[in-house]
Amino acid sequence: MKPRLNVEICGISFKNPVIAASGTFGFGREYARYVDLNMLGGIAVKGLTLLPRKGNPPPRIAETPSGILNSVGLQNPGIDHFIEQELPQLLKYDTRIIVNINGNTIDEYCRMAEKLRGVPVHFLELNISCPNVKQGGVAFGTDPDLVYDITRSVKAHAGQPVIVKLTPNVTDIKEVAIAAEQGGADGISLINTVLGMAIDVKKRRPVLANIVGGLSGPAIKPIALRMVWEAAQVVSIPIIGMGGITTGEDVVEFLLAGATAVGVGTANLMSPTACIDILNQLEEYMVQNGVGDVKELIGRLETE
Amino acid sequence: MKGGSSEASGSCKGRNSCSSTVMKGTDKCKIVENVMIAPDMYKMAFLSEHIAFNAHPGQFVHIKVPCDNSLLMRRPISIHDVHPQTGVVEIAYKVVGRGTRILSRMNAGQVIDVLGPLGQGFTISRGIKSAFVIGGGCGIAPLKFLARRLKEEGIAVTALLGFREREAVYGLSDFEEFSNRLLVTTDDGSLGRKGLVTQLLEEELKEQLPDVMFTCGPVPMLKVVQRLAREYSVPCQMSLEERMGCGIGGCLVCSCAIRTPNGDFEYKRVCKDGPVFWSREVMLDEATIEC
Repeated sequence: MKPRLNVEICGISFKNPVIAASGTFGFGREYARYVDLNMLGGIAVKGLTLLPRKGNPPPRIAETPSGILNSVGLQNPGIDHFIEQELPQLLKYDTRIIVNINGNTIDEYCRMAEKLRGVPVHFLELNISCPNVKQGGVAFGTDPDLVYDITRSVKAHAGQPVIVKLTPNVTDIKEVAIAAEQGGADGISLINTVLGMAIDVKKRRPVLANIVGGLSGPAIKPIALRMVWEAAQVVSIPIIGMGGITTGEDVVEFLLAGATAVGVGTANLMSPTACIDILNQLEEYMVQNGVGDVKELIGRLETE
Repeated sequence: MKGGSSEASGSCKGRNSCSSTVMKGTDKCKIVENVMIAPDMYKMAFLSEHIAFNAHPGQFVHIKVPCDNSLLMRRPISIHDVHPQTGVVEIAYKVVGRGTRILSRMNAGQVIDVLGPLGQGFTISRGIKSAFVIGGGCGIAPLKFLARRLKEEGIAVTALLGFREREAVYGLSDFEEFSNRLLVTTDDGSLGRKGLVTQLLEEELKEQLPDVMFTCGPVPMLKVVQRLAREYSVPCQMSLEERMGCGIGGCLVCSCAIRTPNGDFEYKRVCKDGPVFWSREVMLDEATIEC
């Protein structure tokens, strides 16, 4: 029998727990040529800002062992352009749309949430964890009091459930997760990239023009798993787990650690069909291990 | 680009109707040859009917590094030539790091994971009668396919190729076949004219102006070609290189600054909007600031 893959977050059902992570999947347009977007649990769109952003100068990417450093710097066409030009093509697909929003100030996040009121997207993802911008971003995500304030403020303006995307660049992820939940978050997603750098020893220069960037890929998976597990111990809102997922078994690990759904990011850069490949592997794992319903895996890590 | 685009139609007429647009993803391709053609420069031929049939000059393939899972990123390598009848695709690449080193050690019969053909290649406009093809070092690789296509279109090709030294020279017999004139320079004068290919280009431009120029090579060379194209008012297309991620336009890491009509600039995607751009649009020098 075909295993059941659907999960639910804030009363909204996902046909499966695999979500294309923000920043690795554009607005879906490019990937639609390679995969049937209808098969995805959800798509978290490229991070948006109130006004268009050019992003950081190149080089914006460096390869490190089992990882990738990026410093794109939130290049995006702005929220208005997204709603008018990009969203209509995305809404043709039967998948959940998560809109990743970024601001320099709390007010900017709120104004973006207002603009999205009544727009037929399913979730807002509050990105308070981008390491590649000078203002806002990760600066919000490392202070539990600010996380509480920003979540509470945006919730007051948002028409959709709000997921708060957390940064791993903190001492205690539990504190931040609790702050998001107390601020009224409907869910949390973690982890964003880990701040890092790479140096070209011949030129004695940083590889990235931005000097530092965000590390992603299998290199950070153990960190991500640990943080998802820690967060799951202290909050009761759903968790979207991400960080270095490249296989179906990686998904199982995150679900066992307490995630209800997962984000697949860097793997999309390795292959445009990654999300679907991973989904197929997840199904294969379930069949082979007699798991009839993916929900049976969520939070079922045994530590005794 | 002549011969139409390889892009699938993006039209979707409603929910659940989009699977018809799904394209071929990655392809497992058998290597038929992988040989050194100059120090650190290799030519590989592999089988892919899909790529051999659909590729345009200037496009690239995105190759997963075999044998080492810790290298996550594919390597973008320009298409050197294709043979649609046999399904053979040729790439010529320089060993610049661990990934390309591993690739260089692959043997005939082994299989590589290839995504492509990708990107916007060279545009061969109707009515073009003459072209200069200017290449430097490993940047000459994509120009063979271009020169062959230009010859097939009846366009008179002058090829100007620059190498560091005699040992680094490769592919001259191809250009002897596909170009009307072949001019070679080496930095040390060990083969052809001594000096930079751009010096030779300027001399040629003083003699005759082609309808169009096509170029690929190191950035200092591209800067001079770009300046000469402007000074002599010859339309010029250049193929750019940048560190890439997804290769299909989704991740925005391989950006290059492109001039906008209002005097500002925007970051375009080398993988999707390029790798070939009109040289008048490309900002190779200007300090581009964060915004």
